[in-house]
Amino acid sequence: MAINITMPALSPTMEEGTLAKWLKKEGDTISSGDIIAEIETDKATMEVEAVDEGTLAKILIEAGTEGVKVNSVIAVLAEEGEDASEIEAPEADAAAPEATSDKSESKAEPEKEKAPEPAPSEEKSETKSKPADVDTSKALASTGKGEDRIKASPLARRIAAQKGVDLKSLKGSGPHGRIIRKDVENAQPGASSSTAASAGASAPAGSPDGLILPQILDDRVYAPDSYELKPLDGMRKTVAKRLTTSFMQVPHFPLNVDISLDKLLSSRAAINEAAPEGVKVSVNDMLIKASAMALMAEPDCNASFTDNGIAYHKSAHISVAVAIDGGLITPVIRDAQTKGLRQISEEMKDLATRARDRKLKPQEYMGGTFSISNLGMFGIKSFASIINPPEGMIMSVGAGEKRAIVKADGSIGAATQMTVTLTCDHRVIGGAEGAKWLQAFKRFVETPETMLL
Amino acid sequence: MAEKFDLIVVGTGPGGYVAAIRASQLGLKTAVVERDALGGVCLNWGCIPTKALLRSAEVYHQMKNASAYGLKVEGVSFDLESVVKRSRQIAGQLSGGVKHLMKKNKITVIEGEGRVAKGGAAPKVIVKGKDGKDTTYEPKNVLLATGARARTIPQAGLEPDGKYIWTAKEAMVPDTMPKKLLVIGSGAIGIEFASFYNTLGADVTVVEMMDRILPVEDEEISSMALKSFQKQGMKIQMGAAVESVKPGKSDISATIKGKDGKTVTETYDRIILAIGIVGNVENLGLEELGVKVDRTHVVVDGFGQTNVKGLYAIGDLTGGPWLAHKASHEGVVCVEKIAGKNPHAFETWNIPGCTYCHPQVASVGLTEAKAKEAGHKVKVGKFPFIGNGKAIALGEPEGLIKTVFDEKTGELLGAHMIGAEVTELIQGYVVARQGELTEGELMETVFPHPTLSEMMHESVLAAYDRVIHI
Repeated sequence: MAINITMPALSPTMEEGTLAKWLKKEGDTISSGDIIAEIETDKATMEVEAVDEGTLAKILIEAGTEGVKVNSVIAVLAEEGEDASEIEAPEADAAAPEATSDKSESKAEPEKEKAPEPAPSEEKSETKSKPADVDTSKALASTGKGEDRIKASPLARRIAAQKGVDLKSLKGSGPHGRIIRKDVENAQPGASSSTAASAGASAPAGSPDGLILPQILDDRVYAPDSYELKPLDGMRKTVAKRLTTSFMQVPHFPLNVDISLDKLLSSRAAINEAAPEGVKVSVNDMLIKASAMALMAEPDCNASFTDNGIAYHKSAHISVAVAIDGGLITPVIRDAQTKGLRQISEEMKDLATRARDRKLKPQEYMGGTFSISNLGMFGIKSFASIINPPEGMIMSVGAGEKRAIVKADGSIGAATQMTVTLTCDHRVIGGAEGAKWLQAFKRFVETPETMLL
Repeated sequence: MAEKFDLIVVGTGPGGYVAAIRASQLGLKTAVVERDALGGVCLNWGCIPTKALLRSAEVYHQMKNASAYGLKVEGVSFDLESVVKRSRQIAGQLSGGVKHLMKKNKITVIEGEGRVAKGGAAPKVIVKGKDGKDTTYEPKNVLLATGARARTIPQAGLEPDGKYIWTAKEAMVPDTMPKKLLVIGSGAIGIEFASFYNTLGADVTVVEMMDRILPVEDEEISSMALKSFQKQGMKIQMGAAVESVKPGKSDISATIKGKDGKTVTETYDRIILAIGIVGNVENLGLEELGVKVDRTHVVVDGFGQTNVKGLYAIGDLTGGPWLAHKASHEGVVCVEKIAGKNPHAFETWNIPGCTYCHPQVASVGLTEAKAKEAGHKVKVGKFPFIGNGKAIALGEPEGLIKTVFDEKTGELLGAHMIGAEVTELIQGYVVARQGELTEGELMETVFPHPTLSEMMHESVLAAYDRVIHI
């Protein structure tokens, strides 16, 4: 019996991905556990493992195809004894939604459990009816989902995309609840209805899609031959989406403070000298530890604002921004307050290496409660980062440098200092709380031995 | 005591009788009141009989041009009486059809002239029967659908005189074929009669106050229609007005002030008045009930509700566009509301208009000028009949299909057509607009070949510089 291999959902936020590469070709024998393809998700490149065995009969989605919907059939596997050449592709087109499949599993469905049903004709026409020369893919993309399908007229969809209105937030007044132009025109941009809000904490008020106004390349602005156009990959799209949402939706404010590094640097030198071969703690590792300790000291700051309420996190999971080719990713040092510098250092090295190769698993870059972004190595004195939702704060670390300072006795001297800037989500962190946290952080950095307490 | 009805509809034109049928479908015990023939003006004195006349004119025209199709027809002529008889017979047939529909839907037909009077929850309806006796009904709801009639200006002598001056009603049953005819007004009604009599060989002059004919149509369509009519021999004076008329012994003279301010007096056999219509608001008892009336039209909300509880009004009686299909739709919305359904309020943004002159004119939505006036940046597509195979095969290479899109949203703001059979084509665009399709869906729609409808596709493509056959 032929087995459909479907596009797996590799992270909870994944709706579609790019089928980056096939590692097997048609006719290859597949054993359970074989890596058959690579998929570029919204954050990373992931491997698709086969769970069934047989012969890869048909590849339905070519390598390099973007926007492959989760659960659409990407290939068909012939079971033992079946003639691979006789396997027919499932009738429905690959992008058709499949109402019944299990999202959490990255593999073949026991087939016969009906090939994806052809979408109702109305739906089909909507998903297919992309105007040839007009980019409305954003507005149309959200139509293909089984019962989640939004009934809206093409004109309503386009105006919603232009206005930045989330169709999900609207109630249709047309026949059978269809959203028509009037409904969109009467809606406020970014408006979110009670139904959207109650859908859960994972749904931020107003979708990021809705907030980003189309920004189309215009020949009148940049001559077509004056640039090289690089398509947006999954990561770039996700980074753009999340940062835009964050910057527009989170009322944020920065706090900054100068911190003396002399003691921390001497402690680091001592630690590294005493450490076994191969272990080398960085300043950043120590700042991760100090941040985690400060979050434990000021637990009100280890918090996330959500529609369901403020989540006060019990443990400090520190996200560390890592610049990688083509974007940015924030691997997480989990329970950093419980870990020693050596462990933090080793974990960080491993995470950073795999981040650059885009090999992180979703659970390795999700679930942080606080972020650190460090541009000190570039000599940046101070900067303010954009909050990484749903985290409540992000700290931007500037360069450690020798500065002239006025000492307690009034004389002028030299000290190694750095400036850090804490960007806070004002919905959950007040100015005083943020300041108290910075005080605590400063104390841990300036008297590093207190971290041992 | 008269029978109890849930709804009495006064008037059985395309507004009234359709509303009555829908009401009956929804379980309302319904009666209609009609003083004349079932079907109202539309079936008896308007849309349908004029189409019958125009069809005769069209066939006559084709016969005269038979050689263009390689056919030989000799001794072509017509018998006006038979032409009119056919038209009347068709009107009669359809009126009979409405009678059947009333019976089938168990709707009581009350013959006589209805009026309303103060009642309980809803006004009473008093019907003066053919015998002159009044019968009073106390229905739960009353729907007025008494329609409209041709506007006249008695002060200027512009009213039917039983001889030389006709309205549409008289023009439909001519006693004689006028040799020289003056048509006052170039809206749909004026132009249709002008076209009919011109085709049958009358010397037709049309006087229009505005600076173009068919003034509600797109300017480009107006100007194409003008050229076509002039080519057919019609005389058309725009920006002109009839100052006075003076009946003579065997004809009537009219003094027309032209665009240049000069007045010219000429004699005509007949004059057709087509200078708009007025609502039939008189003798209905509206004053007694305090029903709000604005310039001969009853004021209603989007569901036909007047300012008086239990009293509704629809169709021409409530204002423009004065079209049968508008009345029917309003009737349905109104009755559904009465029956406790949840219909959408009536809107006029997507009501197509058709004029059955030769060439035909049809349109829906905003003209190019109106769209720009409303602040739209527009994309305009045009496709001429000469680029369409079917049009050429039909021997109808004159015409144009024009589409107006909003540049930003791709909304089809309006469509305007002139040429053969365009009145049958316009509905495609009306559906597209109702479904809120954008240029994208229209471009991706497959149109059958060979048909005139392909031009509708091409016009859309033309708006986006993708036209194929031109």
